[in-house]
Amino acid sequence: MVGIVSYGSYVPYRRLKRSAIAQVLGVPSEKGERAVASFDEDSVSMAVEAARDALRAAPAKSVEALFFATTTPPYADKLNAALVGAAALLPPELRAADCTGSVRAGVSAFLQAADAVRGGGKQALVAIGDARLAAPEAKAERTNGDGAAAFVLGSEGVIAEVVASASLTREFLDTWRQPDETFPHSWEERFALTQAYSPLLGKAVQAVLQKAGVQPGDLAAVVLDCPNPRATADVAKRLKLEPTRFADPLALTVGQTGAAHAGLMLANVLAAAKPGDRVLVALAADGADAVLLRVTDAIGAYKQPRSVGRLIESKGEVGYGTYLKWREILPTEPPRRPDPVRPGAPPMLRSTLWKHGFVGTKCTACGTPQLPPQRICVRCAAKDEMEPYPFADRTARIATLTLDHLAFSLNPPTVSVVLDFDGGGRFLCEMTDCDPAAVAIGDEVEMTFRRMFTAEGVHNYFWKARPRR
Amino acid sequence: MGSNGIKDRVAIIGMGCTKFGEHWDKSADDLLVDAAYDALGSAGIEPNDVDAYWLGTLGQLSGLTLSVPLKIPYKPVTHVENYCATGSESLRQACYAVASGAYDVAMAIGVEKLKDSGYSGLVGAEPPNDGTNSSMTAPASFSLLAPAYFKKYGLDPKKGKEVLARIAWKNHKNGARNPKAQFQAEVPMEAILASPKVAEPLGIMDCSGVSDGSAAAIVVRAEDAKKYCKDPIYIKALSFVAGPGAGHMDTDYDFTTFREVVASAADAYRQAGITDARKQLSLAEVHDCFTPTELVLYEDLGFSARGTAWKDVLDGFFDLEGGLPVNPDGGLKSFGHPIGASGLRMMYECWLQLRGEAGPRQIKNPRLGLTHNLGGFPGKCVSFVSVVGREGA
Repeated sequence: MVGIVSYGSYVPYRRLKRSAIAQVLGVPSEKGERAVASFDEDSVSMAVEAARDALRAAPAKSVEALFFATTTPPYADKLNAALVGAAALLPPELRAADCTGSVRAGVSAFLQAADAVRGGGKQALVAIGDARLAAPEAKAERTNGDGAAAFVLGSEGVIAEVVASASLTREFLDTWRQPDETFPHSWEERFALTQAYSPLLGKAVQAVLQKAGVQPGDLAAVVLDCPNPRATADVAKRLKLEPTRFADPLALTVGQTGAAHAGLMLANVLAAAKPGDRVLVALAADGADAVLLRVTDAIGAYKQPRSVGRLIESKGEVGYGTYLKWREILPTEPPRRPDPVRPGAPPMLRSTLWKHGFVGTKCTACGTPQLPPQRICVRCAAKDEMEPYPFADRTARIATLTLDHLAFSLNPPTVSVVLDFDGGGRFLCEMTDCDPAAVAIGDEVEMTFRRMFTAEGVHNYFWKARPRR
Repeated sequence: MGSNGIKDRVAIIGMGCTKFGEHWDKSADDLLVDAAYDALGSAGIEPNDVDAYWLGTLGQLSGLTLSVPLKIPYKPVTHVENYCATGSESLRQACYAVASGAYDVAMAIGVEKLKDSGYSGLVGAEPPNDGTNSSMTAPASFSLLAPAYFKKYGLDPKKGKEVLARIAWKNHKNGARNPKAQFQAEVPMEAILASPKVAEPLGIMDCSGVSDGSAAAIVVRAEDAKKYCKDPIYIKALSFVAGPGAGHMDTDYDFTTFREVVASAADAYRQAGITDARKQLSLAEVHDCFTPTELVLYEDLGFSARGTAWKDVLDGFFDLEGGLPVNPDGGLKSFGHPIGASGLRMMYECWLQLRGEAGPRQIKNPRLGLTHNLGGFPGKCVSFVSVVGREGA
């Protein structure tokens, strides 16, 4: 049996109210809000969040393949999946690939991961993150959202079996963006809706139901996703899919999260799934993919660290102006400080376990955990008596702090905190996703993988603290 | 093994100091020439009388930075740096070289030209690294002291902020009596308290200024001092320590102290034979880069018992007329902090005070002065402490 053994999801902390966009641009005021990746987040960092939660919940740690999916890769000519693997502390004996080029990439990656396990692999990780960008005034600016989902697929401890899948691919022009362009273009809506999305999505759904020998009435939940939501409504109606069984499209709370969206909706469905449930996941974009899952008895004992619901509830607002600044759509005056310097490739390679995995050291002579990694113990001065000691999953408390109004940041003031980790270890770092005025000595925080800055085309990823979510 | 010190073996026979401030019309070369010739004139010697030089400045690669503008003819010039204590490091090296007998006359000189960068504060290039270093600014690093101190000693943050403002107020009051200071005006408490936020809880008036400047000292063996000058000042102690950075890694550190300062003060007091700094010192010039730094230094240097410095501040104990005047020249607060020059600028105030040349801020009958200069950040720094005095002090 091949299927999902664990999953994770991520919805960034910040929300942009659609009415706030209307206020500035005079576009129609729409209901709800959308999730916004913070200034220090991107598709990779969000995928890492979801992947870490998925791995935390996985019964065994034997991932042999990693597929990272996105339409917004931080690097166009470098393996982004390698970064995800490093931050998730996956072993170097790893097959890794980026799946990109269409919002379909997330489901494609999922199916490739299932095939990898079916082909004899132990576990495969699918990590999908997307921070979709649309031009101001574009409808997509309001309907898009940012987020991530991750799945560990395996053959042991399966909580949702992949029963069948069906795929269709067709070349047509709906949404496109050249590699050097910031915003996508799209063709007139009804063309893709009537000529591609509706027929293809319908066919794929019919095909997978047929393969699995399942009737629409047998479905416990239906995840339907398409850049044009009218296609999902049309297909549901034509195929007589029961409306009460539709997964929450998260339109009012998160927005459409591109390649991650079907995965995010599925993660939300799995949180409430019962043994025996049949779940249909179908997506139309540049063709269509449909997957039929059967929830197993193992879901009864399964414990998910953070649900989509909890992540949706854990939020703070962002103003439209700040959002434009974060996405560097609105140019603003840079701080009167030198530009950040790009990190060096050799030092990054030497310290990758620390930089990407947040692994410090622990002195085996006196037992003191310390970070960054040391050779000589800061407490007992023993030389080379260290063992690796991971800090990423440890919570910490704030020992002292400051609000730095001068540091180079897209979101001043920078909150800098001195952290004392539970179990030992002291570190000074930045804090994110917080209200600066509310941060206090003694607050509990957790660590999060972020993009610190970009210099000379090099994205500098490292870890920050945030209030527990 | 031990830090044996050179008590009364080396004397300063001349000092020079430029005005600190915005020297838009002067280069670092100009400032070096001005301070060097001011010091030479003060000692009554010619350039050729100096046998060796120690130059303190940041980010330069060699002694040529000094030898070229001064046209030093084929003599040893050593470039040193040690963060914000660079000026003090140059003095220490020059003193030890003379004490060793290697040279008869040495010059320690420091300079920094901060206003030419277009940025506020020090701009330094780091070697290539892995991008995991904190990008915290200097005021932010030092402001970590404030909430930690307030919390530990039960100071209401509003009261704590007043204590910090009182330190800035005092230093500006002193600086107003100093023609060489960058800022020569008293600043009302309200203005300090209401100044724009820089690194909360610090406002701009809790921070030292950004200025250009240079200062120099000429040192000789103590037995030769009187040949040059009727009232030289004598080196009683020089202590310099670099910390292991434990404060950024060790949870025992509570951000209400600089362990490096405690260590260098203990070493210097031992060298100088000081047992009660609060009573024995006549004045102290300390590294008031930010107001909470000065607050914590009072305790680290043994001027106040732990947890009580804030009361001494409010009582005026460190005022010019108080029990132990601290930063009588106005400190970094009034002078700004041209890195390589600051340590020597502090010594320049001791030179003036101990010789009775400090004008309207002259302290009555001073015998022993202390300079304290640090570089780095709370938890991870270098610290320098010197004690100097009049003969027989």
